[in-house]
Order: sequence, then structure tokens, then C-alpha cells
Amino acid sequence: MDMQNLLLMRDEIVLTAILLLMLVAEIIIPQKHKKSLVHFGLILFLIYTIQSFFPQNTGELFGGSYKTYALAHFFKAVLAVGVMTILLQSVEWIEQKLLPYDFTAEFFILIFSSLLGLNFMISAGDFLMFYLGLELSTMPIIALSAFDFYNHRSVEAGIKYVMLASVSSAILLFGVSLIYATTGSIYFEAISGAMHLPLLEIIGLIMIFIGIGFKISLVPFHFWAADVYEGAPTVISNYLSVISKGAAVYVLMTLLFVTFTAFQKEWDYIMYGIAILTMFIGNLFALRQKNMKRFLAFSSVAQAGFILLALLSHDELGVKAIIFFLLIYIFSNVAAFGVVHLISLKAGTENMDDYNGLYQTNPRLSLILMIALFSLAGIPPVAGFFAKFFLYSAAASKGYYLLVFIAVVNVTISLYYYLLPVRAAFLRKSENPIPSIKSDFYSKISFIFIMVGLLVLGLYSGVLEYISQMSNIF
Amino acid sequence: MDILTLFIVVPVLTVIVLLFVNKLEKARLIALAGMIIQLIMSINLINEYMKARAAGDHAIMLFERNVPWYSDFNANYHIGVDGVSVLMILLTTLIVIAGIFVSWKIDYMPKEFFISLIVLASGVYGFFISLDLFTMFVFYEIAVIPMYLLIGIWGSGPREYAAMKLTLMLMGASALLLVSLFGIYYYSGTNGMEPTFDLMELANRKMDFAAQKIFYPLAFIGFGTIGALFPFHTWSPDGHASAPTAVSMLHAGVLMKLGGYGIFRFIMFLMPEGALFWQDFFLILAVTGVTYGAMAAIQQTDLKYINAYSSVSHLGLVLFALLMINKTAWNGAMLQSLSHGFITALFFALIGMIYGRTHVRDITKMTGMMRIVPFLGVAYVIAALANLGLPGFSGFVAEMNIFMGGFLNNDLYKQAMTVFAVSSIVVTAVYMLRLVGRMLYGPVTTVYTNLPKAFWYEKVAIGILVLFITLIGTLPFWWLQFIQESVDNFIKPLVH
Repeated sequence: MDMQNLLLMRDEIVLTAILLLMLVAEIIIPQKHKKSLVHFGLILFLIYTIQSFFPQNTGELFGGSYKTYALAHFFKAVLAVGVMTILLQSVEWIEQKLLPYDFTAEFFILIFSSLLGLNFMISAGDFLMFYLGLELSTMPIIALSAFDFYNHRSVEAGIKYVMLASVSSAILLFGVSLIYATTGSIYFEAISGAMHLPLLEIIGLIMIFIGIGFKISLVPFHFWAADVYEGAPTVISNYLSVISKGAAVYVLMTLLFVTFTAFQKEWDYIMYGIAILTMFIGNLFALRQKNMKRFLAFSSVAQAGFILLALLSHDELGVKAIIFFLLIYIFSNVAAFGVVHLISLKAGTENMDDYNGLYQTNPRLSLILMIALFSLAGIPPVAGFFAKFFLYSAAASKGYYLLVFIAVVNVTISLYYYLLPVRAAFLRKSENPIPSIKSDFYSKISFIFIMVGLLVLGLYSGVLEYISQMSNIF
Repeated sequence: MDILTLFIVVPVLTVIVLLFVNKLEKARLIALAGMIIQLIMSINLINEYMKARAAGDHAIMLFERNVPWYSDFNANYHIGVDGVSVLMILLTTLIVIAGIFVSWKIDYMPKEFFISLIVLASGVYGFFISLDLFTMFVFYEIAVIPMYLLIGIWGSGPREYAAMKLTLMLMGASALLLVSLFGIYYYSGTNGMEPTFDLMELANRKMDFAAQKIFYPLAFIGFGTIGALFPFHTWSPDGHASAPTAVSMLHAGVLMKLGGYGIFRFIMFLMPEGALFWQDFFLILAVTGVTYGAMAAIQQTDLKYINAYSSVSHLGLVLFALLMINKTAWNGAMLQSLSHGFITALFFALIGMIYGRTHVRDITKMTGMMRIVPFLGVAYVIAALANLGLPGFSGFVAEMNIFMGGFLNNDLYKQAMTVFAVSSIVVTAVYMLRLVGRMLYGPVTTVYTNLPKAFWYEKVAIGILVLFITLIGTLPFWWLQFIQESVDNFIKPLVH
């Protein structure tokens, strides 16, 4: 294996390098300059983000364990952008809450290693790499969920997450071993050719699906979502709801579309049911939430249900619809969580009723919140509309009109609760509204970036065309 | 840039400029300036249109432009106009201008008000020029959502409830429409051709009858909901009652027209066999809406509710006429859309002005208003007479065409339905005349004697609307020439 080949792993190598640099920096930077660690981490990650947009050769390493191709590379770049915006939003939180306890470097290292795990998971060519990536991404999250260690809810979130994550991993491993037992291989490519015991293999696949479904928070594996999102620091809830979920969807998509094509028919029934369940349960529970983080948690459960629509199509249309949706979803959710995060940090409240009259004191923040929620609800001209439109389109292309109908009914339900924060911020008046919040420089950059993205990505069709050039992963 | 895209660009620019001002004085001037430009462009469009037709250009659509948008999905930004859309654009512009004059003194968050109003208008413009189902749907939704903020923030009474109900019902309806659009889209690709959203292209491809039977009713209800099809009209009275004046005007005057227009332009044209198959069923709903709306209006004492139910009844006539499927009725339907747009906008403007003075909308609590505010009183009488179909005003010519068209059918069922629909005229006369008699004449209510007379901006708004009501009523053929050629083209798939 020469250097040229190793460069196929450029994303991961750079990420590992900045992770280690962070570790070194933590050791050599003296105590009184610890604040500079934040900027150092941001700059390092910016470098990683920028490099992830440079073109990459395609190929495989370690005898097919690690594969990289255009779509995977692009998706890693999308995740990098998502993490970058989340990091920008979290600067002030880090300086306020982590710096006094000297946890800055740990925060960055944990986030980076979790992203590293996701990158490996996306590029996995066999179940071993996949599992290693999955665990590498999960472990840091457990620690991060409990990072607000002075808050017992945060600790509770950490414990909840570790318990359920390990159970789901165990189930997933069981599934993998069943597949290995029948096909004698853990390589994705070899598996798809060697299936011969449908019953066992389907059970195996279902178990794997449960493991991944937990990450995506599909119903009925969504129970952790609300509690963990609520308890964990908002930055981490944000990360969980978009980055970790996005990567898991990507992996599920490649597994279903490329590896387990033999069970397409059986699989469609399961998907159909789970999609309906996830949309309805997510939406119905979101209706009653008063806490903004729980609210966004159930909203993100419901959004996962919509993604399943496109998984039914099994073709390029589905791939590009999903990737495009994930991209827009990352933007919309990061914006919504960003506003919640900022308000929770500055005004100390996550309660929707406290948002009453927000527009009077914080017009810009309210506007961002509204655009983000409209994007999640799928209202043009915000990008979310186009993303959802293509998801439906993928399902309709295979004749699932009834499912599309159920999905659009769910959009109408979801519109109700997405309008609740808008109602609070714009329609209601309050005796003592949240005081005017001055956001820091980094948050501003991230919000401007996201808003431009949300308004441009939909109206400008170039991104989807770019994605469709590389969506032939079959 | 072509002359049609400018109809979207100008409002967008106006909104952008509005973002940078705060004061009411500036905001209303900028909004007005933007819309005056729209008016000039609308008149220019009519002029250009007539020139092109006179020069012998008989294409179905004029000033077409087709730019690929999402080429993966064959969804294009395809725009163009024919006679009906040209008139609808004029209607929209005039009503928005009248709406701005009516809101001349809006004091609470003026900038945001005008921004929402103009965003809504830009959605409507886009809808009227779209020739691509994807583009059409995007603009349709853009037109619906600002309504939530407009009613929710500046409304009165149970505004939060009304705003939410309206938004959810219209969005739910658009969900049905969306499913139907996908049906049309994918069924256009069954013969190995690439599926398309393009209206003109789709018209050349025959959609499977079995599919039409399923997707036509979905689309009809989808568009019908915004066009106040019984029993999906319930958002409209509540919405109207809570909305601020300018929004009620725009809403009843323009937004509800999207329903009839959409059925005319898109779904009957693309699914003719489905339309004929479902004709009798929807006819019952439409006629029920017509008579029920009129009956419900009798029961009301709140000015806005009276007018809202009257709208349900009169827009029911549009759907009724469309379902009659003959040229006369369709001419009437389009004329009724225009006429009702002006009349109902005038009504809501007057109601807003009276309410602004008395703070009461209950007709039993004010009498003799004619002596107190004579200008508004006279305008109200004009609106009422136009609404009940007095010759010389626009309502008469429109309804005349509709009922003529209804009786042109040789089939007893449709004639019977027409009789029911015609009976609504009598009921309309009852509630309109009763209202005029009670509120405008009779002894003066003493508490109101010192109310201010009409202001100049109110007179401008009323003047514009009354002018066009009489123009349609006295020169119907000038307006019909636009409508006729459009109807001739779009009814072709339905009549053999």
C-alpha cells in the first residue's frame, strides 16, 4: 500500500491529525491562554471542512473494508459543514460553561472523534468497519450528552443514551452475526451475492435495521430521543439530530439499495409501516410539547419518517432525494436548534411560552426561527419545500400514492406545531418578553450562512444536479 | 427580463426595500410605489396582449418563457398568459392597491404588514402566470402562508384560531392537490416518455381514464377548498371575520379566485374525462354551497360574516358554472371571478371603514349610517346592488352568463340544479336589501353622530373598486373578448 492509496482516506487522516493536534495543544498551551484553544479548534476544523470539498479519487482500501466514492465524499463534506456551523454556534457556550472547568479541548476532541467514526461508517465496505465506525461515533456522544455535568438532566441523558445505545449495538451485532452465519462473509459486496437462507437473513437484516433505526430515531426505537435531546447540552442535541442521524440514514440507504437488494419486496412492507408509524407518532407527540428541545426532538423523529418515503424507491431518484433532503434538513435543524440554544444560553429558558413576544425584542432571531421552522414544515420558497417535494416524488415514482397522501396529511399536522413557536414569537404579546439578545460574532456568521443556504438551496437547482451526477451508487 | 417575470421581481424588490424602513409613512409609500409600477405593467400587459392578438398571434399562450429549473424532474419555470390570466393580474394589482389605501393608517408593525401583503401578492402573480404544475404549486403555497401572519398578527377577535384554521385547511387541501400533481406527472410518463409538469405538454398526452378517476376529485377538492367548495369552505367565514380589512379584501377578492382559476386552467384541462365522470357529484356540492351560503348569510348579523357567506355563495357559482362545462357558463365563471373580486373587496373595504369608526360590526346595533357617513353609505348601496345582480353592475353580466349556460344543457338534472342555483339570487336580494335597509337607513344611532366622514385615501380605494364594477357591468364585451378566446382553448378537451 503506497501513499497514493492511503490518500483515499484523506478526510479521515486529516480529521485524525487535527484531533491529535488538539490533544497536543491542550498539553502545551498554558493555563492562562486556554481561551485560545477554542479558536484553535475552530481553525483546525475549518481547515478540515475546506479540504473536504477538494476532489477525491475513488477506490478501496484494506481489501474492500474501506471504500470511497464521489457520493460518500460529498456527504462527508456535508457533515463537515454541518458540524462547522454547530461549532460556530457553540463558541459562547464553550467559553461560558466549559472553559472554567478546562474542558474545552475535550469537547473538540470528542466531537472530532465522533465525526471520525461517522466518516468511517459512511465509507465502510464491510460490517467490521461499519461497526467500528458506529461505536466510535457513539462513545463520544455518550460523554458529550453528560457534559452539562452540573445539571442532573444532562447526566440522566448520558446514562439513558449509553444504555439504549449499547442494547441497540448488541442487537445490531446479533444481526450481523446471523448474516455472517448464512453467507460466510462480512463484506457487503460478497453478502449480496451469497444469500441463500432468506428467513435467517431477513431476521438478521431486521436486527441490523433496529440498530440503525435507533440512531435515526425511527418509531418504535425513538424513546430515547426526547429525553436525551432535552437533557444533553443543546449543541449536542443539535449534533445528534442532524449529523449522527444523517450519517445513519446514509448507511441505511446504501445497505438497502446496494447490499440487501434481494429482499426489496419484504423490505418495502416494513418500510411502509415504519414510515407511517414514525410520521404519525413523531407528529402527534410533538403537538403537545412545551419544551423547545423536546419539541424539536419529536419533530426530528417525524422528519425521519419522511426520509423513509424515498427509501422505498430503490433507484437513483431515491438516492438524490435523500441526500438533498439530508443536506437541507441539516441546515434547517441547525438553524432551529441554534436559536433555541442561544435563547437558552442567554435567557435561560427553553419553554415555548417564554417565547411570547420574541419578535418585539429579537426580530432577527424570530425571523431565523420562522424560516427554519418553515423549512422543516416544507413551505416554499424555503429550501425545505423542495427537499420534501423530491422525497414524495421518489415514493410516487413507484406508485405509492397512498403513502404520499399520508405523508402530506402529516405535513399538515406538522405545520400546526411548527406554527406554534411562530405564533408565540410573532402573534403573542408578553409582559416580560425575553430581553434583547446580542449574539456573538461566530453565531452571526453561522446564522447568516445557514439563512443564505436555506433561501438559495431550494430556488437554485444546481445543488441537486450536482448530487444527481454522483447518485449512481448501484 | 421578460414582461411576465417582472410581475414577480417588482414585488420582491419592493419587499427588499421595505426591509430597510421602519416608519409607516415610508413603508406605505414604498408599497404603493411598487404596486403602481405593477399597475403600469398590468396595463401595459393588456395593451401588449391586445396588440399581439390584433396582429394575428393566435397561440394559446402569449409571452411564453420556458427556463429549465429542476431539469432532473423535468420541472421548468414555464410562464405565459392568455386572456383570463391578463385580467386576473389586473384584478390582483387593483385590489392590492386598494388594500394599501385602506391600510393607510395601519399603526401596528406597518412594515411587516406591507411585506406580508406583498409577498402574498407575489405568490398570486406567480400562480396566474404559471404554465408548469411545479411552478404553479410553489407559487400557490407562497400565496397561502403569509395569510397566517396577516390574520394572526393584525386580525381581530379569535385571530389565532382563525389563522390556524385557515392555514391548516388550505395546506391540507394543497396536500390533496400535491398527490394529484404527482399522479398527473407520473402518468404522463407511462408510454416510455419522460414525465413532465408542463401544462401544454401534458395536454398532448392522454392520461389514463382509470387514473383520472382517482386524481381528478383529489385535485378538485384541493382547488375547491380555496374556492370555498361546500363542505370545505368553513375556513373562509372565520378567516374573513378575523382578518384585517386589506387582508379580507385580498383574500376574498383574489386568493379565493385561485381555486376556480386552477380548476379551469389546470385540472379540467388535463383530466377532461375525469371531469365529466365526476361532474354530477361535484355539481351537488357546488349547488349546495351556493344555496347554503346564501341561507347562512341571512342568519348572520355580523357584517363580515354576512359577506363571508355571501362569498361562499357567489364563489359557489363559479364552481357551479365550471361544472356546467359549456362556453357560456365558463365565460360567466371567469367574469364572475373578476366581478366578485371587485365587489367583495369593496364590501370588505367598506366594512373595515365602518368598523374603524363604530368599532361594531353588528347590524342590529347601528342604524341610519347613511346620514352619518354618506359617502360610505352610497358606496355600500352600490356594492349591495352589484352583489345582488342589478343590471349595469358587474354581478349581473356574470350571473346572467352562468345561468344561461346552466339552462343550455339539455339534461334535466343540470337544469334542475340550475333552478336551485338561480334561487340563491332571491335570497341574496333578501339579505342584501335587509342589511342596507337596517344599517344605512332608519333612525340615526345617536352615539355615532360625530363620526368622521370618509378620508381621501378611503375615497380613492372605493373609487377604484366602484369604477371597475361599473366598467365590467357596462362594457361586458370588452372584458369578454379576453375571456372568450381563453375559454375556447381550454374547454376543447371537454366538449366534443
